Amino acid sequence: MNGVAVEQEIEPQESLASFLRERLRLTGTKVSCDVQVCGACTVLVDGLPVSACTYLAYEARDRDVLTVEGLAPSDGELHPLQRAFLEDNAYQCGFCTSGMLLTAKSLLDTNPTATEEEIVEYMDGNLCRCTGYRPIVAAIKRVQGELA
Amino acid sequence: MPMFLPRFTIDQPSTLGEASRLLREYGEDGCVYAGGTELLLAMKKGGLRYGHLVDIKTVPGLDAVAQQDGAVRIGALATHMALERSSLVRSKLPIFAQVEARVANPRVRASGTLGGNLCFGEPHSDPATLLLCLEPTLRVTGADGSREVPLPVFMVGPYEVALEPGELLESVTVPLLGAHQRAAYRKFQLHEYPMLGLALVLDLDQRGAVTTSARVAIGSVSPTPRRSEAAEALLVGERGAVRGRLDEAANALADDADLLDDHEGSAEYKRHLIGVFLKQAFEEATADTSAASGGRGS
Ligand SMILES: Cc1cc2nc3c(=O)[nH]c(=O)nc-3n(C[C@H](O)[C@H](O)[C@H](O)COP(=O)(O)OP(=O)(O)OC[C@H]3O[C@@H](n4cnc5c(N)ncnc54)[C@H](O)[C@@H]3O)c2cc1C
Ligand code: FES
Ligand code: FES
Repeated sequence: MNGVAVEQEIEPQESLASFLRERLRLTGTKVSCDVQVCGACTVLVDGLPVSACTYLAYEARDRDVLTVEGLAPSDGELHPLQRAFLEDNAYQCGFCTSGMLLTAKSLLDTNPTATEEEIVEYMDGNLCRCTGYRPIVAAIKRVQGELA
Repeated sequence: MPMFLPRFTIDQPSTLGEASRLLREYGEDGCVYAGGTELLLAMKKGGLRYGHLVDIKTVPGLDAVAQQDGAVRIGALATHMALERSSLVRSKLPIFAQVEARVANPRVRASGTLGGNLCFGEPHSDPATLLLCLEPTLRVTGADGSREVPLPVFMVGPYEVALEPGELLESVTVPLLGAHQRAAYRKFQLHEYPMLGLALVLDLDQRGAVTTSARVAIGSVSPTPRRSEAAEALLVGERGAVRGRLDEAANALADDADLLDDHEGSAEYKRHLIGVFLKQAFEEATADTSAASGGRGS
């Protein structure tokens, strides 16, 4: 879990979102639609995005889970995506933000040179009610520019 | 308000035979659990209730993707994302990789499997619509052995497939397209599932000017994705003549589909869209007839 081994007994029917939020008190992962549509609950399991709201905690056994709490490399230092989201005002209420950050990370990890069209298509499964999306795309492109 | 899953147990079989025996033993109270993207949703919403999930991801090798003679054999547990990224699928069946890349959202693609998509019997299935035109063979395995089932026979109706109690889908074998074949796929989607999908595969003559045979299917607008023999007959012939019959072919497709007025659109609107998509797919499939490999898509 964010680089640290965690050992816990779980119920088979427990979702990864409730495991994270209630057992581990990692409340950065948000639950909104609860039906795999909005992406607020996105976390990465072995680098791939999943909807923690409808994904069993059982599936995370022996695997690497990354939540927004594990994104920053150290205290006081933000991940490049987090910095870019700040600079581009890519959030307002912030409810979608942890899911946006992790989805964007999974995109850039596999396709660092994604075109704007590819960015929009990949991020299409993450909904934001505040920003109008443009600043989110701008933030992702800013990080691409830094990586280039 | 978060919805909660009812209590269940999870079994971890190590072979398909063991999975099949467990399913027989549980009867109506047991269910195959693959990626869970449909199953867990349906259980959360209270539509389905099972006391026992049989997790087939503990059976080794069921997600393998391999070339087999003139075909690609896809294990039922291959995820949409694995297929979208598979170098074998991308090079040998590019149209299939392109369609997989546009299923659902990345989270559903990362966990959801091809087998789960087909076994759920969802009428809005992109892969099923395309596969109807690629004519795969499905390998179904139960406690007493395996059998091969063509896709149209497998798809019985909405949310209903031809699996007997204790049977599982093991793999899907998709023949490769030949150098003289072209494919295209179009879909229209506003929400999470497509509202219309249209797949077209054409066999062309040496010069690429004549269609010698055609397969066309539509999905999302009928109880299961469907082909139309009447439409396919109209797509055979010299390119200019076929172009002149595209409206007629689109109407034949729509007639065979049992279009309904529903929240996704009126039957009339769907008929119109089928016409637009068939023209686009035909132009795309015949655009680059000098290139050597089949399978371009939207
Ligand atoms: C938000 C959302 C959007 C979607 N959008 C699209 C879309 O745009 N296009 C599209 O085509 N699809 C779409 N889908 C469907 C998606 O492709 C399926 O959810 C997924 O592929 C199901 O696979 P799974 O492994 O998660 O199946 P599960 O949920 O694990 O299983 C589904 C059903 O199939 C049975 N089953 C699974 N595997 C087998 C097997 N090998 N043998 C026998 N029975 C089996 C299970 O018992 C269950 O009844 C969408 C789904 C969601 C949730
Ligand atoms: S809360 Fe999980 S996708 Fe919306
Ligand atoms: S910032 Fe409010 S939902 Fe995206």
